Amino acid sequence: MIRRIGATPGALVAGVALTAALALVSVFVGVADVTPGSLLRGGPDGEAALLLAATRLPRTIALVLAGAASAIAGLIMQMLVRNRFVEPSTTGTTEAAALGLLVVTVSAPGLPLTGKMAVAIGFALVGTALFLLLLRRLPVRTVILVPLVGIMLGSVIGAVTTFFAYRLDLLQTLDTWLTGDFSGVLRGRYELLWVAFAATAAAWVAADRLTVAGLGRDFTTNLGMHYGRLLALGVTIVATVASVVVVTVGAIPFLGLIVPNIVSLLLGDNARRTIPWVAVVGAAFVLVCDLIGRVLRYPYEIPLGVVAGVVGAAVFLYLLLRSSEHAH
Amino acid sequence: MIVLQSVTKRYADTAVVDDVSIELGHPGITSVIGANGAGKSTLLSMIGRLLLIDSGTITVDGLDVTTTRGALLARRLAVLRQDNHLTARLTVRDLVAFGRFPHGRGRLGPSDREAIDRAIDYLDLDPVGGRFLDELSGGQRQRAFLAMTLAQDTEYLLLDEPLNSLDLRHCVQTMRLLRRAADDLGKRIVLVLHDINFAAAYSDRIVAMRAGRIHVAGKPTEVITTAVLRQVYGLDIAVDEFGGHPMAIYHL
Repeated sequence: MIRRIGATPGALVAGVALTAALALVSVFVGVADVTPGSLLRGGPDGEAALLLAATRLPRTIALVLAGAASAIAGLIMQMLVRNRFVEPSTTGTTEAAALGLLVVTVSAPGLPLTGKMAVAIGFALVGTALFLLLLRRLPVRTVILVPLVGIMLGSVIGAVTTFFAYRLDLLQTLDTWLTGDFSGVLRGRYELLWVAFAATAAAWVAADRLTVAGLGRDFTTNLGMHYGRLLALGVTIVATVASVVVVTVGAIPFLGLIVPNIVSLLLGDNARRTIPWVAVVGAAFVLVCDLIGRVLRYPYEIPLGVVAGVVGAAVFLYLLLRSSEHAH
Repeated sequence: MIVLQSVTKRYADTAVVDDVSIELGHPGITSVIGANGAGKSTLLSMIGRLLLIDSGTITVDGLDVTTTRGALLARRLAVLRQDNHLTARLTVRDLVAFGRFPHGRGRLGPSDREAIDRAIDYLDLDPVGGRFLDELSGGQRQRAFLAMTLAQDTEYLLLDEPLNSLDLRHCVQTMRLLRRAADDLGKRIVLVLHDINFAAAYSDRIVAMRAGRIHVAGKPTEVITTAVLRQVYGLDIAVDEFGGHPMAIYHL
C-alpha cells in the first residue's frame, strides 16, 4: 500500500506545531512593544501583559478560530454540492448573512450580538437553501456553472444589501462585515467565534456521514442514511460558521476555496482524515496573511481580507489552471 | 423475495412504470431488459428506494421499502446506480469500508475489517487498495464499487447497467464475477442490462419490459426469442443457440 504524504499522525503533529509557532509569532508582532522579555520584566503598570490579554491574544485566537472554521465551512460546502469551486462566499451564504445582519442592525439595533448572530444564521440558511434549490433546477451541472450560479445569487443578494446600506448610510459598516479585518479584535468582541469552533467540532463528529453525503444522494440512501438530514446538518454548520465570521471579524475571501482543495490534492476526500488538516492549514493561512498585512506597511496595517484576497486569488488561479489541465 | 404490487411511477402525464406486479430476487441472476424508456432503471430505483413510488407497494423479505428504517434495509439490499463514476478522491479501502456503515454505524470492529478484506480480496483489488478512485481505470473503479456492495453483505444486489462504459474485456469479467458471486456467495442479483446476449448467457431469469409494463418474465430460452424481441425492441432478430444459451444475432 502506498503511504501518502501527511497520512501519518506525526505529520499532523508537525503541522499543528508549525501553526502554533505562527500563532506565537502573531502574538508578539505589533506596534506596541510586547515581547517575552517585556512580559517578564512586567514594567511599572504591567502594560505589556495588559496589551497581551486585551488585544494580542484575542486577535491571535480569533485568527486561528476564524481561519480553521472558514476552511471547514468551505470543505463541507464542496462536499454537499459535489463541486470543488464553491464556498460560502460563492453560494450566496455570506451575502445572505450580511443582509440578515443589516436587517437586524436597522430593525433591532439594541439586540445583543448573539441575537444578531442568530438572525444572520437564519438568513444564511435561507440563502444557502435557495442556492441548493437553484442547483436542483439547473438542467446541466457543469463544474464551472455551479459556482457561477452561486456567485450570481450572491451578487443579487449583495446588490439588495448594498442598496439598503447606501440608503441608510451603512455602507462602511457593510464593508467591515464583508472584508475580514482583525485589527479591531479586542477581548469581549471575538468570543462568538467559539460558536464557529463548536460547529467545526460538530463537523468532525459527523465526518464519516458527511463524506458519504458527498458521494451523492443515491450512495447515501443505499447505505441506509437519510440524505436530506445530512444535507440539513451540513448546511447548518456552513451557515453558522459563515454568519459568525461575518458578525465578528468579516468574511475571509478564498480561504474556504483553496485550503480544502490543497488538502484534497494531498490527502483525498475522506473527511475523517482531512478535517484536522483543513482546520490546521486554514488557521496557518490566515495567520500568515495577517502577519503579512501587519508587517508590509508597518506600523500601518493592511486588512486581512485584502491580503487573503490577493494571495488566495493567485493560489485559486493556479488550482483552476491545474484542474483544467487534468480535465483533458 | 422482492415483491412488487401494482407499482406505478409517473412523470407528468406518462406512467414510466405502469401498474407492475412481479416477484424478483430469485436465487441467482435476474436480468431486466427492454428498450430505452421501458422503465427498467426506474423500477430498479424504486426497489432500492432511490425513487419514491407513486402508488403500489414494494416489499423486500416482507419489509416495505418506503417505511422500513434505512439501515435495516441497507443490510438486506444493496443498490448501485450507473452514475457512480464520481470524482471523489477516496481510497479503494475507504470506499469498501463504507459498505460496513449499515452494520456498525461508522465504527469498524474486527468482523467489519474482515469483511472489508474479504471483499477487496474477492475482487482482486489488493494491489490498488490504497489508491484513490480517480487514479483507477474504469474497470477497477467498477470493481471497487462492487467490492463495497459485497462488504455491505446483503442478500440482494441491484445493479443498474453495470456494463455501461466498460470495454468488452471488463464486461465479460464483470458478468463472470457476478455469476461467481451468485453461485458461491448465494447473492440474489437483479441487473438492468442492455446487451441481451450477456443477459441470455449469464442469467437464470430474464424480465423483459415494454412501455412501463412487464412484457414477459422467464428463463432465457423463454424470453430471448424472435417473437418476444420483436415486441420488445420492434426489430426482427434471428435467435440462434450457442453452448446451451440463446444468442440473438442483432448486429446483422
